[in-house]
Order: sequence, then C-alpha cells, then structure tokens
Amino acid sequence: MDNFIISRFGNGVLSAVLSSLLPLIWIFPYALFAIWLELKVAAHMQDRLGPMRTGRWHGWLQPVADVVKLLQKEDVIATATDKILFLVAPVIVFSASYAVYAAIPFSPAYIGTDINVGIFYIIAIGALVSLGILMAGWASNNKWSLLGAMRTAAQLVSYEIPSSLAVLSVVMVVGSLSLQDICKAQEGWFWNWIVFSKFPFMVLAFFIYFVASLAETNRVPFDIPEGESELVAGYHTEYSGMRFAVFFLAEYSNMFVVSAITAVLFFGGWNSPFGNFMSGPVWGVFWLLGKGMFFVFVQMWLRWTLPRFRVDQLMYLSWKVLTPFALANIAVIGLWVILRG
Amino acid sequence: MAELRTEEMVLNMGPQHPSTHGVLRVELVVDGEVVVDAVPHIGYLHRCFEKHAEAMTYQQVVPYCDRMDYLSSMSNDFGYVLAVEKLLKIEVPERVQYIRVIMAELQRIASHLVAVGTYGLDIGAFTPFLYCFRDREKILDLFEMTCGARLLYNYMWPGGLSHDIPPQFVEKTKQFIKEFRPTIVELNNLLTYNEIFVKRTANIGVLPADVAINYGASGPTLRGSGVNWDLRRNDPYSIYDRFDFDVVVGKGEMGTVGDCWDRHIVRMREMEQSLRIIEQAIDNIPDGDVKAAIPKRVRPPVGEVYFRTETPRGELGYYIVSDGSGNPYRVKARAPSFVNLSLLPEISRGYLIADMIAIIGSIDIVLGDVDR
Repeated sequence: MDNFIISRFGNGVLSAVLSSLLPLIWIFPYALFAIWLELKVAAHMQDRLGPMRTGRWHGWLQPVADVVKLLQKEDVIATATDKILFLVAPVIVFSASYAVYAAIPFSPAYIGTDINVGIFYIIAIGALVSLGILMAGWASNNKWSLLGAMRTAAQLVSYEIPSSLAVLSVVMVVGSLSLQDICKAQEGWFWNWIVFSKFPFMVLAFFIYFVASLAETNRVPFDIPEGESELVAGYHTEYSGMRFAVFFLAEYSNMFVVSAITAVLFFGGWNSPFGNFMSGPVWGVFWLLGKGMFFVFVQMWLRWTLPRFRVDQLMYLSWKVLTPFALANIAVIGLWVILRG
Repeated sequence: MAELRTEEMVLNMGPQHPSTHGVLRVELVVDGEVVVDAVPHIGYLHRCFEKHAEAMTYQQVVPYCDRMDYLSSMSNDFGYVLAVEKLLKIEVPERVQYIRVIMAELQRIASHLVAVGTYGLDIGAFTPFLYCFRDREKILDLFEMTCGARLLYNYMWPGGLSHDIPPQFVEKTKQFIKEFRPTIVELNNLLTYNEIFVKRTANIGVLPADVAINYGASGPTLRGSGVNWDLRRNDPYSIYDRFDFDVVVGKGEMGTVGDCWDRHIVRMREMEQSLRIIEQAIDNIPDGDVKAAIPKRVRPPVGEVYFRTETPRGELGYYIVSDGSGNPYRVKARAPSFVNLSLLPEISRGYLIADMIAIIGSIDIVLGDVDR
C-alpha cells in the first residue's frame, strides 16, 4: 500500500517535514500516558492507589503537573562541568531515540521512510543513545555519573550483539531488512506471526531479543547505569529541570521503540491477529500501538517485580548465555530455512 | 610499551547517598569498581544522648532512649527500664512483664520489616519494600492504640508502663498474627528466594564466625555467621525463659555461612519466632495494675549496673552509675549498630561497589543508634 503522506503531498520537502513531525504527535501524549501508567501500575502492584487527586479522575493529570513543575525549575549547571557536552548530551539521547521512529511501520500506509535496510538503520541509530549517555556522564564531572556512564557503554555494547543476532534470525526467515516487508510477511491470522513460525526457535529468538532490549533501555533488572540505590542516579545525577525531563522522555520513548520493534519483528506489526477482521491502514495504527503498549506494560511489570543484577552478572548473562544461545539459534533457523524453506 | 598508569580513586559514599540508610559516610577507595578499602565516618547524627541523660531524672531519660534506635524504640526503652529497675531493686507486676515482652517482640517484627524491605530496595526490588511497610503499619496501629505514639513511644517506665493495653488489643494482635503469617511466605517467594536476589547476596560480604566474635558483633549479624547466641536464650531477662522459641542461625544455604543472604534469612525467620513468642504470651496476660510499682521519686542507692538486652539489631547494653541523687551520674549505651558497623571495612574489601550496598544493608544499621 502506498504511503499516504507521499500520495497526498507528493515526494517533496513538505511530505518529508510532515513525515518527520508525525511521530511527535504520538511521542508526547504517549510519554505522558506512560508516566501515568507507570505510576498506576507500580501503585497497584504495591497495594496502594498512586496519584488520585490531580485532575480528579485517578490522578490522570499528574504527569502534566510533573512536566509543568520541571519546566519551572532552575536550570542548574554545575561550574565544573564540561558545558558544551553537558548541554548537548540530553539532546543527543532524545534525538537518537526519536530518529528510530522514522523506520517504524505504524500502518501499512504510513512509515516515516521505508528504507530497504530499516532494521539495520534502527540498530545503528539506536546505538547513538549510548554516545549521549557517555557524554552526559563524562561532562557532569561527577564520579557517580562517570561510573554510570561507563557501565552504560559496556552494557549497551554487550547487549547489542545478542539483540542483533535475534533480529538476524527474523531477517533470514523473511528475506528482507525492510520493516514493511517483515510486516507484510506476517499477514493473515495470528499463527502467521513470526514468533510462532519455526517453533520453538523463534520463541527463543523473541525471548533473547526482549531480554536484550530491556538491557538496552536500561530497565529493571538491567537498570544498572542509573541503579538508584548504588549510583545515586547514574549518568543523570547532575541534571535537573527540563534537561532531566529530556532524559526521562528519551527513556520512555525508548521503551516504546523496543516494544514496537518487538511487535513488528515477532508479533505481526500492524497486522490484525484475526485475519481480515479489523484490519486496514487505520486499524494498523491501532494494532501496532496496542501491541507496543502491551510490551511497555510488560516492562513496567518486570520493573516492579524484580531486583537488579550486578554489573559482572549482567555481562555474564550477555556474553555467556544470550550470545551463545542466539548464535546456536541462528544456525538452526538458517538450516531450517535452507532445507525446508 | 610503557606501562599504563592506573590509580585508585577515592569515592565518597554518603552522607547523602540513597542507600547508606541515613547519614553514614563511607570513604571508599576503589580500583575501577572494586572496593580496595572502606572507611566509615560517623557522627552526623550525634545528639549527646549520654550527656543529656546526666541532666535528667531517671524517668526523663526514657524519651531519649526512644530516639537512639528510632526503628525499635520499644526495645531501647525495655533495656533501659530493666537496668533502672535492677538498680532500684524493684519487682514489676507480672502483667507488666507480659505486656513488655509482647511489645518488644512486635517491635522486633516491625524493625525487621524495615530492615528486610529496605534491603530489597538496596538490591533494586521496590515492591517488597511497600509490602513490608504495609504490614509494619499494622504494628504501628497497635502501638498507637496503646500509647498514642507511632514511632517514639515513651511507653515503658521504670516500674511499669505509661498506659495499660486497651481492651481490643489482644484481639487485634491475634488478628495481626493471623494476617502476617502468609505475608512472610509471600515475602520469601518474592524476594528471599528470587534468583537475582540470591545471586546478589549469596557469597557476598562473608563474615566468618571468629571475626564476628572478635569484633563483638551481635544480633542477626552475628547469628548469620552461624553463632548460636541470643541474649533472650543465653542470658534470659524479664520473662523470656518462659517461652518456647528457636534461635535462628545462618547455615549457608545459598552460599557460604555468614554471607549477606544468611543475615537476611535470619531476619526473615526471626519474625516467625517473634510471632511464636507473642502467641504464647498474648493469652496469658495476668490481671493487675501496670502502674502499681512505678516509684514517685527515683533515688537509687549509690552503685552501678550494666544490663543488656537483645534488640532487633543485637546486644544493647546500658551501663548506669548512680551517685544517690535523682539524676544518673553516668549513662553509657553500648549500641549494637555501632559495633556492627565497625565490621564494614573487614567484610567489604575486594567486592564491587554494588556489593557495598548489599553489605551495608545486610548489617542493618540505624544511624541514630550508631551516633546516639
């Protein structure tokens, strides 16, 4: 199906600007909603109510109030910081995570840009996040921040390998790096989803990808870079006000990115689970966002249940468990594709 | 190639670090993330308890005892009033004895709940912390019902109690015991036997029994190293010799004897034992007047006394010198947290910074108790 922006506005500057702004319409309300959801999910898992007063109905305005508060805060930049890096770091972190949205197929009729190496682009541009975090940690000139940043660099580099290998197994089955092609390959009922093909090896690939993506978004049980009880607040210890909010926004935006990619790679992307029922360009948006939000919820669920790994245990898990499994998995799936198609 | 120059880094953990359980400052010498040395610096919460006590009458010291270890005020008062009563040579009524034991054991559960909950928080598990506090609230409600205060009770007075227990106390306590038993199981499933939690705490911060004894450690920190020593059993005070309970010791179930996990499990199991003691005591409270033996004016004979009790954190001893006047000549408190904290450098060398958090949490210090 054609990209509706290009078919409406032509293949020019206007549609490029529109395509790049469209994800923002999703990110901001999503981030506010996700913060509220996190507060509520945490509260209910912990046998309490969470915010109940702001906005009268179940504290739905709480994230808005939080943002307003953060906007009003003094923008503190400590004297000993490396000013330029300090100011640029949050921008880089957020733009890296925003750039990923360009290649997420929101609907059969809408994707920022349908490049033929979509998933490769996502892996590459997503790695920029670690650059921003390193910059933030270094520029803060704070030992705790630096420790957090060093941990992040090590963690992200390690976990990109199993996650890329898991992605590779999907690419082998579909035979394309384009995310739209991957979605199209899963059309029909939900048993056509990649996670159910090549049983049970794709389930394993999904599992590896999901665990690795948790590590890449620095979520529990892998929130070591910002491990609150150890490193104060990790790389963003010195950040306050709106700059802190940008890091926060990037974290939530990243959560959705990995969830959406999980949905696209393994759970049919914008495809309806019920064949032709409730399918089409508009329903596509619904299904992709819905599946993405489900995995966002799973991340929250894990966060409020599990304790945190230690740095060396995290490395052990990546190099000695996930990576060998991912490699073996890829070999088996590759053989399967060659022998049985 | 020239040798790469590396050096150790001095890292200040605290006094405003989220996981030092108060205003503790630990000066860490780290090589990368490996702790080479750890020096605790204390005194940020010093409130001159011992000097204050000299200017107060014997009864007026009790509220200051509350404020030492603010998570186990009942136990602090218990030790102090027993010491004063020994100095005065007065016998308190049976009813008072029973109520005091029940209160001290409820306080032990409340204190261990905070210890266990914040320990989970240190390891990164947020949710068990709130479960612990939910149940601690129920104990605080019982205390509030009895004496009006939720944290600093001033409930035990030399010779008696400030208030008798209210009529519904017995029933409410029984209800709490009934509700709390399943919670311990739930906490164990959620936290104690969690794979990640075990990995983070087993074989970490191993404290051999001989080192623990040499440093004078006490309480769960000592028992976690497999030493069977509990003052309630080994040097019974009040009426503890009447109750049937087990002294829990660490057995190294998940790793080495005396690791962080052992200290944690000792606290978990001690809560069950406290429940057993309360169950035995709650039905046998005799009738009587809780204020009958309270002296109007306290002027102990010239002399001195040392009295030690088992608080949730270990051996709390009071050394009181009387010169025959209405004020104590000297009050010295031997605080369990202070002694246990001195172990920190010994058991933290060679572990990672993340393990430091696990170790500090596992010896369960209260800075109010350390500094007094």
